[in-house]
Amino acid sequence: MAQFEDQRTTVYKIDPEHPESETLPTLRTEELLLNMGPQHPSTHGVLKVILELEGERLVKSTPVMGFLHRGVEKLAEEGTYHQFIPHTDRLDYVCAMYNNFAYCRAVEKLMNITVPDRAEYLRTIVAEIQRIIGHQFWLGTQALDIGAMTVFFYCFRDREILLDWFDELCGARLTTSWYRIGGVERDFTPSLFAKLKQFLDYFPPKIDEYVIFLEKNRIWLARTKGVAVISAEDALSFGLSGPTLRGSGVDFDLRKYEPYSAYPKCEFSVPVGKNGDTYDRYWIRVQELYESVKIIRQCLEQIQDGPVMADVPSVTLPPKERVFTNLESMIQQFKLFSQGFNAPPGEIYCGTEAHKGELGFYIVSTGGGKPYRLKIRAPSFIHMGAFDHMSKGYMISDAVTIFGTYDIVMGECDR
Amino acid sequence: MSQLAKRIEDTFPGACTKVVEWRGDLAVTVKPETLHDVARFLRDDPAMRFDYIVHVSSVDWPDDEERFEVVYEVYSIRMRQRVRLKTRVPESDCIVDSLTDIWKGADFMEREVYDMMGIRFRNHPDLRRILMPDEYEEGYPLRKDFPLRGKGWRDTFEFLDEPTR
Repeated sequence: MAQFEDQRTTVYKIDPEHPESETLPTLRTEELLLNMGPQHPSTHGVLKVILELEGERLVKSTPVMGFLHRGVEKLAEEGTYHQFIPHTDRLDYVCAMYNNFAYCRAVEKLMNITVPDRAEYLRTIVAEIQRIIGHQFWLGTQALDIGAMTVFFYCFRDREILLDWFDELCGARLTTSWYRIGGVERDFTPSLFAKLKQFLDYFPPKIDEYVIFLEKNRIWLARTKGVAVISAEDALSFGLSGPTLRGSGVDFDLRKYEPYSAYPKCEFSVPVGKNGDTYDRYWIRVQELYESVKIIRQCLEQIQDGPVMADVPSVTLPPKERVFTNLESMIQQFKLFSQGFNAPPGEIYCGTEAHKGELGFYIVSTGGGKPYRLKIRAPSFIHMGAFDHMSKGYMISDAVTIFGTYDIVMGECDR
Repeated sequence: MSQLAKRIEDTFPGACTKVVEWRGDLAVTVKPETLHDVARFLRDDPAMRFDYIVHVSSVDWPDDEERFEVVYEVYSIRMRQRVRLKTRVPESDCIVDSLTDIWKGADFMEREVYDMMGIRFRNHPDLRRILMPDEYEEGYPLRKDFPLRGKGWRDTFEFLDEPTR
């Protein structure tokens, strides 16, 4: 043993007069290239990242995307405006309702349609439910990625209640297609109202429960505080939006900046972070759960009876009961789906605050029933652009949590 | 003409070729050689500060002489206003200045435009395909002359369960 220690000291001793003396072992250092993905459970879909490592530190990371690319923008040019609604479900498949909402709003802006009041309230309620589902999903999977399994079960237990509620509303849990251009597909039944009220009483204590698991959890704090920090200026320059941007202290929320639907009639606050790290984004998302409950409560109080679809026969669909009983309505429905409506030539961009960030649709029309060009501004794709910047200098295990901090869904990222 | 378009026109005389305001959206078309300067002006001017990049897109107009249109949409948090900055380039010389040095997010968005439409960007740090595979050689899928079903590349793959054709 003594001999071994002796040897070690001689080998690593640096002669001050001859620093490059022969006794020093020549240590070769090089950067290690590591492929993370495409099949990796934490990448939330199929994403590959090429990591350049110096020891365990990330020097550079290059996302390789497109594994889920289905050419949705090309498909949009081949179908009518109504036919594209189910395609939007498959963008961000965790939060289909919000994609429908963003798309329908864009087409309504193009066609200059005003949606009836009741439909606006119903849309806002369902959009906020979808935001709750999205944030629950995020919280569960982010905690799971970090190693806290229980939160995942609790979040998914409550998410199931809402998915069943969606099932009762439109017959589907994930790919919903409930929004229509000019309104919504059908009104809530009394049973849906009752179940929703029940949920609103049940849910806020459950949010406190999620927080209890995490707020004093040392592993959670160590893995989120000071990780993936980005300054407000950089975040804007990268085009980040939603909680990812608000974590850096910018109160940019389209529900406040460009009020739409029933949001201007509701009172709610926009939580804003300070440090721009993963913890602040987590805190914002949890606060938004409370705010969503508040918004839904106010909508339920204010909602009045009325139609749920705008009455613009050249654009909006007739009610289903009339399609089955009335010849004119059936012809109208058939023509709207097979030929579409005549959109005026022009171009619009309409952004909507989805739970991930600004989900926008840029539509160019040259007249006729099909969009000439439809571009989807997907927050996940744009957030991935900042991945290299935000992961520089962190440990390799933090890469997983940095994907998570954006709430990334590859269906939307690759389109 | 809106105030913003007027300011651009006053600062860069002759740069704007078309200003459209429709449905509350302002779209300003500028000459490709002035695009970079106008964009820098929009971001740096203390009264405007268009610091948030919304999206970069492109439109193909095959019948026009200047076939491709590149669209930058930017937002000013201070003014709570959007502006769409557009430029047109012909197919023979479809290259525009990259705005990556002005808005960092333009990096991925311009790569997507290159991938889908084949428009190149001068001074872009890493102009590669982003959604389509690197070895994809069929062209640029969002051009209007590209068929919806592709050009046959996908039929060259053999699947394990399928008998070879």
